[in-house]
Parts: sequence; C-alpha cells; structure tokens
Amino acid sequence: MPCLHLYQRLSLCLSTSLLLWLLQTPSQAADAAFTVAADKSTDAGLEVRVGYLSYRPATPPALSNVLPEPRDSGLRGAELGIADSNSSGRFLKHHYQLDQLSSDDPDTLLSQALAWQSSGIHLIVADLPASELARLSEALGGSALIFNAGSSDDALRTDQCLGNVLHTLPSRAMLTDALAQWLASRQWRNWLLIVGNQPEDQAYARGLHRAAKRFGGKIIDEKTWSFDTDLRRTAQKEMPLFTQGGDYDVVLLADERGDFGEYVLYNSWLPRPVAGTQGLTPVAWHRVIEQWGAAQLQSRFEAQSGRWMHARDYAAWAAVRSIAEAVTRVQQAEAPVLRTFLLSDDFSLAAFKGRKLSYRPWSGQLRQPIALVHPRALVSQSPQEGILHPVTDLDSLGFDAPESRCASAYATDKTDGAAQ
Amino acid sequence: MSLKHAARHRLASCLTLGLLSLGYQSGAQADVVYVSNEKDDTLSLIDLDSLEVINTFDVGQRPRGITLSGDGSKLYICASDSDTVQVMDLATHRIIASLPSGEDPEQFVLHPNDQLLYVANEDDALVTVVDVNSHEVVAQIDVGVEPEGMAVSPDGKWVINTSETTNMLHWIDTATNELVDNTLVDQRPRYVEFNQDGSLLWASSEIGGTVAVVDVSTRQIVHRLNFEIRGVHRDKIQPVGIKLSKDGRYGFVALGPANHIAVVDAKTYEVLDYLLVGRRVWHLAFNSDESRLLSTNGISGDVSVIDVDKLKVIKSIKVGRYPWGLAVKP
Repeated sequence: MPCLHLYQRLSLCLSTSLLLWLLQTPSQAADAAFTVAADKSTDAGLEVRVGYLSYRPATPPALSNVLPEPRDSGLRGAELGIADSNSSGRFLKHHYQLDQLSSDDPDTLLSQALAWQSSGIHLIVADLPASELARLSEALGGSALIFNAGSSDDALRTDQCLGNVLHTLPSRAMLTDALAQWLASRQWRNWLLIVGNQPEDQAYARGLHRAAKRFGGKIIDEKTWSFDTDLRRTAQKEMPLFTQGGDYDVVLLADERGDFGEYVLYNSWLPRPVAGTQGLTPVAWHRVIEQWGAAQLQSRFEAQSGRWMHARDYAAWAAVRSIAEAVTRVQQAEAPVLRTFLLSDDFSLAAFKGRKLSYRPWSGQLRQPIALVHPRALVSQSPQEGILHPVTDLDSLGFDAPESRCASAYATDKTDGAAQ
Repeated sequence: MSLKHAARHRLASCLTLGLLSLGYQSGAQADVVYVSNEKDDTLSLIDLDSLEVINTFDVGQRPRGITLSGDGSKLYICASDSDTVQVMDLATHRIIASLPSGEDPEQFVLHPNDQLLYVANEDDALVTVVDVNSHEVVAQIDVGVEPEGMAVSPDGKWVINTSETTNMLHWIDTATNELVDNTLVDQRPRYVEFNQDGSLLWASSEIGGTVAVVDVSTRQIVHRLNFEIRGVHRDKIQPVGIKLSKDGRYGFVALGPANHIAVVDAKTYEVLDYLLVGRRVWHLAFNSDESRLLSTNGISGDVSVIDVDKLKVIKSIKVGRYPWGLAVKP
C-alpha cells in the first residue's frame, strides 16, 4: 500500500511550508463551483420528514464511570439539526420534521422504520449498533437513505458496504489515527497499551495497532485489563504495579465503556501522560471546541437541551444538516437523489470544524477533522500539520480508498446499494 | 443632518470606515484607525502617519464590529459578550451610552440617514434595528441561522445580512424593515460589500472558499471568484473581509487562515496577486485617500499596512489579542 509509506515518511523536522508545498496536487480541480440561483424557483414548498432511531439497551454497570453519557445523546442533536434547517428552510418554503423512536428492542425499531417507510419517510438517522444497522439497511433497501450516527465500527467502512448508509460518526480508525498523528508530532513513539475485555475495546486496540504502523508508533507492551474490581477505592495500589515494565512515553487505553481507564491517570508506574479512550481523547465533538464559530453551535445546543453537546449529538446534527444542505441545493427530497448529490464533489457542509466536510465516495464516511481533548480543553486537532496526502489530508484519517472494498456499493449510478 | 454627512455615509458599514471621508480630506492629513481587539476587550488607536499604536482603551466584552457616526464624533462598538452596542465619544474616548442591540451583536451597519443601526444578533437569528438617537429598538427582523455580515446600499434602500449556517444573503427593504428576498450563496457567508454605485454586491463565503458577485437589480449571482495560492491547501483559503476601491479598480479579499489578501481586478474579476500578511487575516479598511489598506490579523495579533499603489505590505503593527474590526477616522 504505497500511500502508507507517505505517512511514515512524515518528518516533523521538515519545514511545514515545504510539506505544504508538496501537498499541492490536482485536488483543486475538485473545487465545486456549484451555481444555484436564488430561491425564486420554489412555489409549493417541500415537506421533508426525517426519522430518528436509537437503540437504548439498559446500560451495563460500568465499574468506574461516574459520569454517564446522557440517555438522549444523539436525539438532541437531530432536533437541533431540524431547528437549524427550519430556520433556513422557511426562506425556501422547505419544512423539516423529525419523527423519533428510542427503544431497547431492535425489532421494535426495525418495524417502526418499515412503518415509516410505508408512510413515506425514507430519510433515517440511526444510532444503532453495526449489526442492527445492517439489518435496517437491508430491510429498507435503495429507496431509503440512512445516516449512521451511532456506530464507529470500522468494518462498516471497509467490508460490510451498506450502500444506502452514510456515516456521520467517525470510524474508530479515524479516532485512533488522529491520536497517533498527534503522538507522532510530539515524538512520543513508545506506547504502553492497556486493553479492556469488551469486544469494542479490542476493536479500539486494533485501531491503535494499525495507527502505530501508519504513523511510526511502537507498542512496547500490551496488557489486558481483565479484573472485575471496582477501582474507585483501590486504584492507587493497583495501577502503579499494573503499569510496570518498559520505558514508555505514553499510556494508551482501549476502554470504551470506562471500566478502568479513568484510574490510570496519575497512577501509572512511570509519570507519563494517558491517552486513548480516557485522558487525552480523540473525539468527533466536545464542549471545549469553540473555534471556527463552534461557540455559536454550542450555545444553541445548550439553550435547546440544557446540557453539553456530545459526539453522537454532533453526528446526528451533521446528518440532518447534510440532508437539509442537499435539499437546499437540489430542491428535491427524494432519498436516492440526495444520496447521489451527497456523494458528489458538489456537496460540502460547513460544520464548525474549520473547513468544509464532504463524504468519501468509497465508503460514505463524512470526512472531518478530529479534535483531541482533555475534559477541560482542546489540545489539538488532527490531521496534524505536515501530514501528506495526494488528495486531502482529511483522508489520512481512517480507511482510505485503496483500503476499502465498498467503492462499488457507493457508486452513484445505482441507488440500491443495500444488501450487496 | 447635512448632505455632506449623508454622502459620507453611503458606504458606511461596520468596517468600512476608511472610505468615509474620501474626497473631503487630503491624503496628507493624518488619519487614525481604531482597531477592536476581540479577546482583550480593548480598542487600539493607531496613528497612520507614524504607523504606531498611540493609545489603548478598555471597552465592553468581546468587541468586534466598529463603525463611526456620520460626523465622526462617535464610535459604535459591538460588544458581543456584553450584549450591547457601546457608543464612545471620540473627543474624550469615554463610553457615553449603551444601545439595546439584542443579544450577541457581531456586525452592524449604520444607515446613510445616520440614525438607524442594523445589528446582526448572531445567537438569535435576528437583525435588530436600533435608533441611535432615541436608543430604542425600532424593529427586529427574522433572518437565517447565525446572522453575520451586514451592508447597506449607497442609496440606503437595501440592507443586506448574511447568515452563516443558512448560507444566504437576506435582502431587507429599509422602507419597511422587512425581509423581501434571499440569495443562496456558498457555505458560511461572512461579509458583504457594495460597489461604489450600488449596482453590485460582493459576498464572501468562508467555508465555500468563494466570493459571489451579485447583481443588485436581479439579486442573482453573476460571477463567482475562486482563489488558489501555491503552497496553501484550498480548504484553508477562507474568504472573510472585502474592500472595493472607490475608483472601481480593485477588490481586496482577506483569506483568513491562508494568511493572504487577494488582489482582484474589480472589472475583469481576475485575481492579480496574493499579498502575504499576518495570521488569520480577518477584516480590511482603507485610509481616507485609499493609498493604504489595513488588515486585522487575529492570530498574530497585528495590523498589516499595505501600499495600494505598489501592492506591497509595508508594515505590521502589533495591537491587542485577536484584532477584529477597523474604523478609520480622518
């Protein structure tokens, strides 16, 4: 895979200007000079209905997580997306409406989606695990367009290939690549990796292994946290012993549920920073993001919801805003038409991340910078300066075109991409 | 109000104060420029003869847009986080009043009648119209999400507001203070500027990376400017502030994190040059005879001075943190 070598040659000693100069490639050609006249063409108006589905099982008791994610995470983002879109849409006589269902029963969610489909709702924002997303994709078929705002599963972007699904939540690989780029920029190359015993922890760890290869990290030791103790009272005794071994620069954690990760900070054998699922975390969104006009989005969200905006909220908001932006530009609301437009070079979304976002035509993944945060501040944002990519440095995060087998599912000349 | 003042105000927008006195002052006269420092809650005062900061004043929180009154005796200041427009007496540099601007005022424009201030309320999707004499809110107009850029046509008929998330130019008829039309532009429109005779409007789209030139009579886009700088990724070319020279020769476009100002032939729309200035170049203003162009550079915390004849950057002047807007007083 030749493009990987490019990343490995990333040398932060080289001057940024030289690297940026090297970065200039034919990408300019893709600039979408999309011309739309004013809104005078609209006459009767357009009603756009969006369905929001979220799977909310009973949360398993996390052993250390004292600050759980809100139960309505995601839904509130979709609601704000609808409100924003209506504020804009009224000038074009476009109206957006959200129908929603949260349930702990996947079958209930699926039958709701089918009921919506027969009542004419073909645009779905889904906060579902990967397996349920695949079921939904197959059941609804090519007349629907589904936005994945709930699963970061890498296989959905590489092998599973649900052609009627676009992903607004970043994949795990995008998160771990974002972190690895930053670690490379700090030249913290020796990593101690601690992995939890859940399948998603192992998936996150696989992302870190892949990122290590791509960006020059070295996992000098890997440990599995398989204890089932609640660390709230014993971390000071247990963690230093557990983190002995080797001279690591940083401790990386793969603990998505938060069973032990919070208790590694300040308790490692060596005085080292902690990153990954806790400590310095790569995220799609966080309250500390305020640049690029984000302060406005944050304050709108907080006024609406009375709480901070989380990554799932952002993914759901971006999904609804993508729909509305496409409807505004094509003046139609048919799912296959929107899908074609969203996957084209003509689409771009301003989404408070400092640059335009677009969908990867080989996986339906929304390209986006990834913030690196600690609980009280933004530390950095990846892609890091100086990262090379022949098309856009945003594609240095996650799976690039040659690494995905989904391109044919996302070809825009056919709309029935589900269930290949 | 005298005719002279009315004429002076034809081009007044939040940031265009350099244009105000053109034709009334000789170039030899020493101009001064007020610069709002967004993250210092101050204004810097620069002498344009010596090109040095000669004073700094404390103002309300997060000052952004600033504009002079018709007679040049007062400065209006959008104090965004204080939710007010402050009025500074320029003889004493004291704040003498606070206008009810609506929440989070960012940019505003003073109508040529020197009486009505049109203020974009970024958090509320409103444009608030304030009478600067009676200090009363005359009207509030619903616009798109995150209203930002404001401009008034030279004849005073139109006030234009841009909404950053709705991606439109909103046309407000000043006779009725009602929104009568919208023009869809590229992502995140930031700033609008009328040309000298009011026939064309230039509108920058920060995330779209373009400037739309709009025919005022049809309210349709007639041209779209694109920018390309060797060594800068196209996503980082983010147009914000615009200034059009009064002689119709040049358009200058501040390109934000690209750290350059584009020089555009205002007749052919050809981009003639890119001038390297400070980091995150934001807004622009001319001095009174338009021999100098000034830019605020937010991240580097300075103001660049450009020789308009030679199209060369001649100096950077350190000001406060995150300089944002400019107002030139002859």
